[in-house]
Amino acid sequence: MASVSIQQLGVRMGTTSILSQLDLDVHEGEFLVLLGPSGCGKSTLLHTIAGLLDAEAGSVHIGGRDVTHADPKDRGIGMVFQSYALYPTMNVERNMSFGLRVAGLPKGEIRKRVERASRMLQLDPLLARKPAQLSGGQRQRVAIGRALVREAQVFLFDEPLSNLDAKLRTELRRELKALHQELGATMIYVTHDQVEAMTLATRVAVMRGGRIQQIGAPGEVYARPANMFVAGFLGSPSMNFVEGLATAASGTPAVPAVLGIRPEHVALRPGSDAFPGARVTLVEPMGAHEVVWLDMQGHKMAAIAPSTGEFPPGAVVGVQMDLARASLFDPNSGVRLDLPPAGFYHRPH
Amino acid sequence: MSAVMGRAPAIARGGSRRLPRPARVGLYAFLLTASVFFLLPLYVMLATSVKPMEEIRLGNLFALPVKMTLQPWAQAWLSACTGLQCDGIRTGFANSVAIVVPSTVLSILLGALNGYALSFWRPRGAQALFVVLLTGAFIPYQVMMFPLVRALAAMGLFGSLPGIVLIHTLFGMPVMTLLFRNYYTGVPRELFMAARIDGGGFWRIFAQLMLPMSLPIVVVAIIMQVTGIWNDYILGLVFAGRDNLPMTVQLNNIINTTTGERLYNVNMAATLLTSLVPLVVYLVSGRWFVRGIAAGAVKG
Repeated sequence: MASVSIQQLGVRMGTTSILSQLDLDVHEGEFLVLLGPSGCGKSTLLHTIAGLLDAEAGSVHIGGRDVTHADPKDRGIGMVFQSYALYPTMNVERNMSFGLRVAGLPKGEIRKRVERASRMLQLDPLLARKPAQLSGGQRQRVAIGRALVREAQVFLFDEPLSNLDAKLRTELRRELKALHQELGATMIYVTHDQVEAMTLATRVAVMRGGRIQQIGAPGEVYARPANMFVAGFLGSPSMNFVEGLATAASGTPAVPAVLGIRPEHVALRPGSDAFPGARVTLVEPMGAHEVVWLDMQGHKMAAIAPSTGEFPPGAVVGVQMDLARASLFDPNSGVRLDLPPAGFYHRPH
Repeated sequence: MSAVMGRAPAIARGGSRRLPRPARVGLYAFLLTASVFFLLPLYVMLATSVKPMEEIRLGNLFALPVKMTLQPWAQAWLSACTGLQCDGIRTGFANSVAIVVPSTVLSILLGALNGYALSFWRPRGAQALFVVLLTGAFIPYQVMMFPLVRALAAMGLFGSLPGIVLIHTLFGMPVMTLLFRNYYTGVPRELFMAARIDGGGFWRIFAQLMLPMSLPIVVVAIIMQVTGIWNDYILGLVFAGRDNLPMTVQLNNIINTTTGERLYNVNMAATLLTSLVPLVVYLVSGRWFVRGIAAGAVKG
């Protein structure tokens, strides 16, 4: 267990700068998720922490020790990759023990650690198998086991679930969370999947263009996004944006703003008294609920409604927005405006 | 349930894709001509090599042997004359083996090492180095012959077994490096990263991870190098020295050594003996060869 501290980190590949002046502190025992679209620099950041890429500027500390220029093996890390990256010519047992054998640990210690990890991950019956004889889920378990036996201070995950099918992904996601609770180890996890980020993280760092846009507890980031990018990236379907004028309190002048409201905070009412002109264009049944897509005076909007079939396509409905849980953004910069939206006037195109 | 999962119905086979009759006849005519073209010389060689000289003197090149004899084969192997020595071609065989085995092992090991370093460690100037190596593959041997002779002479290796092994290893380097580099390019980089995190260094990752993974391409490389080096003539002639002349050079000497009558049957037997090794390599490894190429081509 250890904290990770990154200061003023700069990384370039060839002539292009991927990360610059990046600061990040990962607390001891934390499950930090780096979330962002592909190309946002999240994998680069992880690989730099691992020592697989060289930092051009700044420093990386793990457990209070400066490891900026240390070899990957000397950083006290274990890493799990998207493609599993198991050694194809070695069986499961040798895959897990490779690093320990390289380090020259005594045989008894190696056996003890491999046994413990394989028991935790239910790999005992598979120890003699080669990676080619395993399913995707089993392979990724072995890869996790390989990181576990290193008894690392920090575990790094590079989109470990992306190659698995949907069912296995949720299963393994749960196992990872349980593992984190059991070990209490520091974990840094890279993904582009916002569901994984929400479910696993103790803190999420949303990245874009090599910069951290916002960092905080998943609920906090979800409820109070720092800008329109974060607001749109988290949540499915994503947040609705409506341009208009906002007033903070009665009497103050109205300022141009973008209202962001999540689909679950848009309630539909039969009839058309509250907000005339919203017409249902499409309904996506999700089982537990349905996503109702609306055309509101030329604006596309999503709302979440119970699965009653009450709002069929073509119906005209009333829309009620929970403004207390909405966010306001600056229309030019996209940055969150911290005024409670007392009033909001929709400005038609 | 199990009945449903039986054999796939045989509808797709044949039918529409079959060629129309005249095209088919043409195809077979071409295939037959091609096989005759290649098989007839082989037949003549085989038939001649088991005929006694009396039958050969009759001049019926295509006739089957009347009195079959293996004496020409024995003579070619044991007592045919190359210049003044009459030990047969077996000394050449031994020499060729002594040249091929170390040359093949060395060139493959070095080629694999080069390919590994170029694709995973990417040292500074790796790309330039690779281009230079590749250029080497396209420069004809003859151009480099004289400088190499001088260089080897200066090193005291000219006309020795280590000398010819070194030459073959050098000339094998471009193609071997290319072969292995391309193979390792298909290996996911994350595998290399995982090994780095596990603490593997340059040599350990090569020896314990990459080399064991390279079996298919190693087989391809063995086939290429064994046949290539075995069939080499000019390098052996120039660099091997009189005591290490490979089988191909000895064969040439046998055929060019005439004391009185030309022993066609012995010459044919000696030729067949010389080409036996590449032939066996292809026959034994044919399947592996294809598998190796396929593994290199459609990896991942």
